[in-house]
Amino acid sequence: MTITTQAPNAPLMSSVRAEALRLRKWPAVWVLVGIWLTANLTFAYVFNYIAYTTGSGNFGTGDVPGQALLADLMPDAIPRIFTGGMPMFGGAIMMILGALAAGSGYGWGAWKTALTQGPGRLAAFGGLLATLAGIVIAVVAATFALDLAASALIATAESQPMVWPPVSDVAQALGGALLILGMWTAAGVLIGTLTRSPALAVGLGLVWSLVIENLLRGVSGLLDWLEYVTDVLPGTAAGSMAGALGATTEAEGDGAPGVLTVLGGGQSALLLTAYVVVFVVAAAGTMRRRDLA
Amino acid sequence: MYGRRGDDEGMTQIIVVTDRLTKRYGDQTAVHDVNLTVRRGEVYGFLGPNGAGKTTTLRMLLGLVRPSSGSAVVLGERPGDPGAVARTGALVEGPGFYPYLSGRDNLRVMARYQGAADEEVDVVLDRVDLSGRAKDAFRTYSLGMKQRLGVASALLGGPELLVLDEPTNGLDPAGMAEMRRLIVELAKQGHTVLLSSHLLSEVQAICDRVGVISEGRLLIESTVTELRGASTVYVRAEPVDRVLATGMKLAGDEGVRQHDGGVHLDLAGDRVPELTRALVSSGVDVHEIRPSERSLEDVFFEMTSRSNEMENRQ
Repeated sequence: MTITTQAPNAPLMSSVRAEALRLRKWPAVWVLVGIWLTANLTFAYVFNYIAYTTGSGNFGTGDVPGQALLADLMPDAIPRIFTGGMPMFGGAIMMILGALAAGSGYGWGAWKTALTQGPGRLAAFGGLLATLAGIVIAVVAATFALDLAASALIATAESQPMVWPPVSDVAQALGGALLILGMWTAAGVLIGTLTRSPALAVGLGLVWSLVIENLLRGVSGLLDWLEYVTDVLPGTAAGSMAGALGATTEAEGDGAPGVLTVLGGGQSALLLTAYVVVFVVAAAGTMRRRDLA
Repeated sequence: MYGRRGDDEGMTQIIVVTDRLTKRYGDQTAVHDVNLTVRRGEVYGFLGPNGAGKTTTLRMLLGLVRPSSGSAVVLGERPGDPGAVARTGALVEGPGFYPYLSGRDNLRVMARYQGAADEEVDVVLDRVDLSGRAKDAFRTYSLGMKQRLGVASALLGGPELLVLDEPTNGLDPAGMAEMRRLIVELAKQGHTVLLSSHLLSEVQAICDRVGVISEGRLLIESTVTELRGASTVYVRAEPVDRVLATGMKLAGDEGVRQHDGGVHLDLAGDRVPELTRALVSSGVDVHEIRPSERSLEDVFFEMTSRSNEMENRQ
């Protein structure tokens, strides 16, 4: 047993390896990712394809003409519909993941044990953040691959021409998805760190993202100043990003909940980036300073 | 400053030193002006009742909790400095691990955090006799096994200083004996052990020096032998006034106390025959006479009750 001299960034790399191991072996992570991928496939493709083939209305698609429904299921529609389920549903799942990953270690005492191994607080927390970033990237990539496979399958089954989406649109959609899911993951990490309790963090986070933001947007018309606030809330930014990429809004009758057109694509991207930075810095600052009971 | 690297020989032998270390939570002072010193290679017992401030002090030494005032130097560094923490192994207030991971995977995660090799995991698992259950999930472990895994994680990386907070908590008698044996063995191999406990017999059995803490204050720091003091002789005989008079001739006026229905004399055990002769020749009826050693427990209760009395008077 010897102590080797480490490079300055070695504690961070060691922490990434440690966090990657424990998150990879955590069934909760796989369950959450699995639920998202299944739900995305089901709501974006399976239900709509059933609605198209049976000619019946299904899942809010009652008034949509068949051809429009089929167009959404083709590979070239992926950039448009890719982020539709992310602002609310995918985001909520990733927020749960972030809150569990950051908050559980307090109750279990695992943060305490990890920090007494000597990586330094910021390096240890950086390890968690980097691993979660890797998971977000993997989830976006897996979602894209599944969407591509499903749409290609439907195009083949319906003898439609295989038209691939332009690379620039795909890049924008992937970037938008990374920002939406990344922002919600970071929000989960912050709230998990602040509450030190995964249960409280998940509960509060879901109430915020699913209920409070929507209620605030509902009453924002009553007060001018409130509208300024609701226009820059995390959910608004995420919904507007999906809307700017072409996802249909709920207000249009057949879109996904949470998709909005309040902000433009550029504004949404900036705001989402700002939220990621603020959430990460606030969480890391808390982690660095606080007493670990 | 104390203990800085490259200081003179005496200072480098001191590997933990605190200077008026204090932690306040609101109005409550959990740790009050604690000055303790741990020397290289010793087993230091940090002794005190539950809630005395032991765990909070250890947390401050590990950098998990920031002191409200005062300072500490651990292995020549500020507490919590990665350089010091890397050379310290710790088990603080119960083992904290990921319940869904196996014991082995938990240690692999911790080994990765310190950049240690996976092979070390098997060595420390063997050390605490957990190799047989290493593949089982941590949540299925008994309290004793969890505690042993905590010690195994503290041993990762071959630390110079081991900080063990109540390491025998939750262990059955055989487990406690095994844990003590392990600690003594670790000390023999050159690890310095800072161990907290509320079990006086445990500290008496394995520690070289002790610090006694009560209500956040360090009452005394000394070797176990010094604390227990010289041996005494217990006499139960009649009439008592004659026993006292004879005793004072041999042990001095200050060396005689009435207690437990008898008389305690500050005399070495080998003077018992001399004392017996003196008592008999002065016409005393002797019922019982035996050397008695004060246990750490006696000293501890004497000390904590004295400190409580002083506080009440203030």
